[in-house]
Amino acid sequence: MTVLSLRGISKTFGAVAALTDIRLDVAAGEVVAIVGDNGAGKSTLVKILAGVHAPDSGRITFEGRDVAIPTPAAAHKLGIATVFQDLALCENLNVIQNLFLGQEIRPLRLDDVAMETRSWELLRQLSAKIPSVRVPVAALSGGQRQTVAIARSLLGDPKVIILDEPTAALGVAQTAEVLNLVERLRENGLGVIMISHNMADVKAVADTVVVLRLGRNNGVFDVAEVSTEDIIAAITGATDNAVSRRADKGVPS
Amino acid sequence: MTVTTDRQDERLHHRAGLSGAVTDVVERARGGDLGVIPVVVGLVVIWTVLQVLNPIFLSSANLVNLTLESAAVGIIALGVVCVLLVGQIDLSVGSVSGLSGAVLAVLFVSEGLPVWLAIAASVLLGAVIGWLYGQLFNRFGVPSFVITLAGLLGFLGLQLYVLGAKGSINLPFDSGLVNFAQLDFVPAWLSYTFAVVAAVWLFAGGFLHARQRRRAGLSARSVTALAVRSAALLAVLAFVVWYLGQTRGVGWMFVFFVGLVLIMHYLLSRTKWGRAVYAVGGNVEAARRAGINVRAVYTSVFVLCSAFAAVGGILAAARLAAANQSSGGGDVNLNAIAAAVIGGTSLFGGRGTAFGALLGVIVIQSISSGLTLLNLDSSIRFVVTGVVLLLAVVVDSVSRRSRTSHGRA
Repeated sequence: MTVLSLRGISKTFGAVAALTDIRLDVAAGEVVAIVGDNGAGKSTLVKILAGVHAPDSGRITFEGRDVAIPTPAAAHKLGIATVFQDLALCENLNVIQNLFLGQEIRPLRLDDVAMETRSWELLRQLSAKIPSVRVPVAALSGGQRQTVAIARSLLGDPKVIILDEPTAALGVAQTAEVLNLVERLRENGLGVIMISHNMADVKAVADTVVVLRLGRNNGVFDVAEVSTEDIIAAITGATDNAVSRRADKGVPS
Repeated sequence: MTVTTDRQDERLHHRAGLSGAVTDVVERARGGDLGVIPVVVGLVVIWTVLQVLNPIFLSSANLVNLTLESAAVGIIALGVVCVLLVGQIDLSVGSVSGLSGAVLAVLFVSEGLPVWLAIAASVLLGAVIGWLYGQLFNRFGVPSFVITLAGLLGFLGLQLYVLGAKGSINLPFDSGLVNFAQLDFVPAWLSYTFAVVAAVWLFAGGFLHARQRRRAGLSARSVTALAVRSAALLAVLAFVVWYLGQTRGVGWMFVFFVGLVLIMHYLLSRTKWGRAVYAVGGNVEAARRAGINVRAVYTSVFVLCSAFAAVGGILAAARLAAANQSSGGGDVNLNAIAAAVIGGTSLFGGRGTAFGALLGVIVIQSISSGLTLLNLDSSIRFVVTGVVLLLAVVVDSVSRRSRTSHGRA
C-alpha cells in the first residue's frame, strides 16, 4: 500500500531548477533508496518532504489524501519523520533528554521515570545496543548516535521515516548496525526513504532504487533485478564515463 | 534476582546499595565529571589558608557577615549562571544592579513611594532591560558580549543621571528593607526547623522517586544510601545553623538567596524550560529542530539575568543603606561572573547548576573578606581573585578534556 507519493514536484532556486517533475512512491514496509550525484537534488527533495522548503508545483499525496507540508511541524504531524545527516543531538544531554527534547512528558515537573521507560521501549524495539540511557550523547559512538536520532524520530509514531545518509562517516560494524536498524523499521511496517551514496548499502537493504540526475528522475529500479553498474550508469547519465571505463579495465568501482 | 530494565546490558557494571553509590561518585570524578568537587576543595584550601593567616576569619561573627555579604552578588551570579548556560554572557549585571539600586532609592526616598512599589519598579526595570537585550540579540544577531558591553556603559550613565548632582541617596535606617538586609535574623528554632525540613524533603523526594522507579522496573537508589545522604545534609545544615547561631545567626537575606537558588535549581533541572536552556547551550541547531522556541529561551534568560541583577542591586543598596555612584561598580560585575564560573558553570554553555552560584559566591566573598581582615590593599585582593578565577577556568578546561577521553563530554 502506497503511503506517500509525489507527482510532478518541481522546485527552483532563482535560475537553478533544483527539481523538475519528480515522481516518487513509498509503500508501507518498503525501503526506497534515493541515489544521485552531488547536486542531483536529493537534499532538496528531502527538505521538501521535511517541510523545510515548499515545492513550486506538484502534488504530494499522503495516505491517499492531497497534503501540503509548509513547516517541519506539519511534516511531523502528518507522520513524516526526518533524520538529518548531522543528527542534531545535544551532546551535553543524555539519551533520554535527547529523545524527548521539545516533547517532554509533564512540562512543569518532568516525569523522567515515564520518559526513561519509554526510551527503553523505543530502543528495544530497534534492538539497539546502548548500555545506558543516562550517559551524555557525547559518550556514544557514531552508530549509537544514529540509533538515538532514529529512535527520536519514532517517538511521534511516524508512517514514513527519511534517513539522510545514515551510514556516512560510520565504521564497518556501525554501518551494519544501522542497516539492521533500517530493516527493523521496515519490519515494523514503516515506509523508509534512505538517501545514500553507498551502492553496497543500497543493494543490502533497499527494495527500490530511485535515481535522480540533475534534478530529474533518471530511473526507478527493483533492487533485486538491477546491477550496481546499471545504477551507476543512471546516476552519471551515460554508460560511457569515467566510472564504467574503470570498470571495463577490471578496476572495482 | 530480576534485572531492572536499565541494567540489562551485560557491559554495565552492577552496583547496588550504599557502596555502589559511593563507587559511582568516585568513578564519575575520575572521568572528569567533577561537579562541585573542585569548588569545595578550593573552598577548604582558601579557608584553611585564611584561617592560618588570621584566626578571626572562621569565627562565627565573620562567617555571619560573609553570608550577608554573599547574598547580593550571589543573586546576581544566579542570573549570570542562566545566561552562561545558553552560551551567552551578560557583562552589564553590575551596572544594572547599580541602576536598580539608584531607581529604588529615588522612588522610595526622593519620591516617597511605598517601598514595595519601588522594589517592584526596580525589578521590572531590570526585566525590561533583559527583554531589550533579548530583542537586540534575536532580531539583529548582535553578539551578547557587545550588547551587554554597551549596556554596561549605558546603564552606568543612566545610574549617574538618576542619582543626580548629589550622587548619593541614603535609605532610612528604620525602613523594613534596610532592616531585612542588616538586622533580620532567623530565630534559632526556625533555623533548625529549616534544616530538618530540608533533610526530610530530600529523603522523602528521593524515596518516592526510587519507589516510582522500582515500580517501573528501573534501578533505584537504596533506602540506606538515601538515608545516609539526608543524614549528612542534616548534619551539615545543623552544624552551620549552630555555628552561625553562636553570634547573630542566619540572616533572612541569606535564606532568601538560598531560596532563590533552590527555585532556580528546580526550574533548571525539572522543567521543560530548563531542559530547553541546557539544549540551547549544548547545540542551538538541534534545539531549534526539536521544536524549541530558541528565541524565547534566549529572551527568558536575559530577562531573568537582568531581573536577578536588579534584585541583587536592591539588596546591595539595602545592605549599605544607600545608593551611590559607585553602587554596582568596581568589582561587582566581575565578582558575579567569576562566582558563576568558579561554581562550575562552563563559559561554553550547556553545563552548570544553580548551586554553582551559591558555592562560587562563597569562594569569592571568602577571599574578599579574608583579605580585608588581613588589612591588605585592594590591589592584592584583585590579583588573588583573578588567580582563583583563572584556576577555576583551568579546572573547567582540564576536566572537559578528561570528560572527552572518558566519554562524558
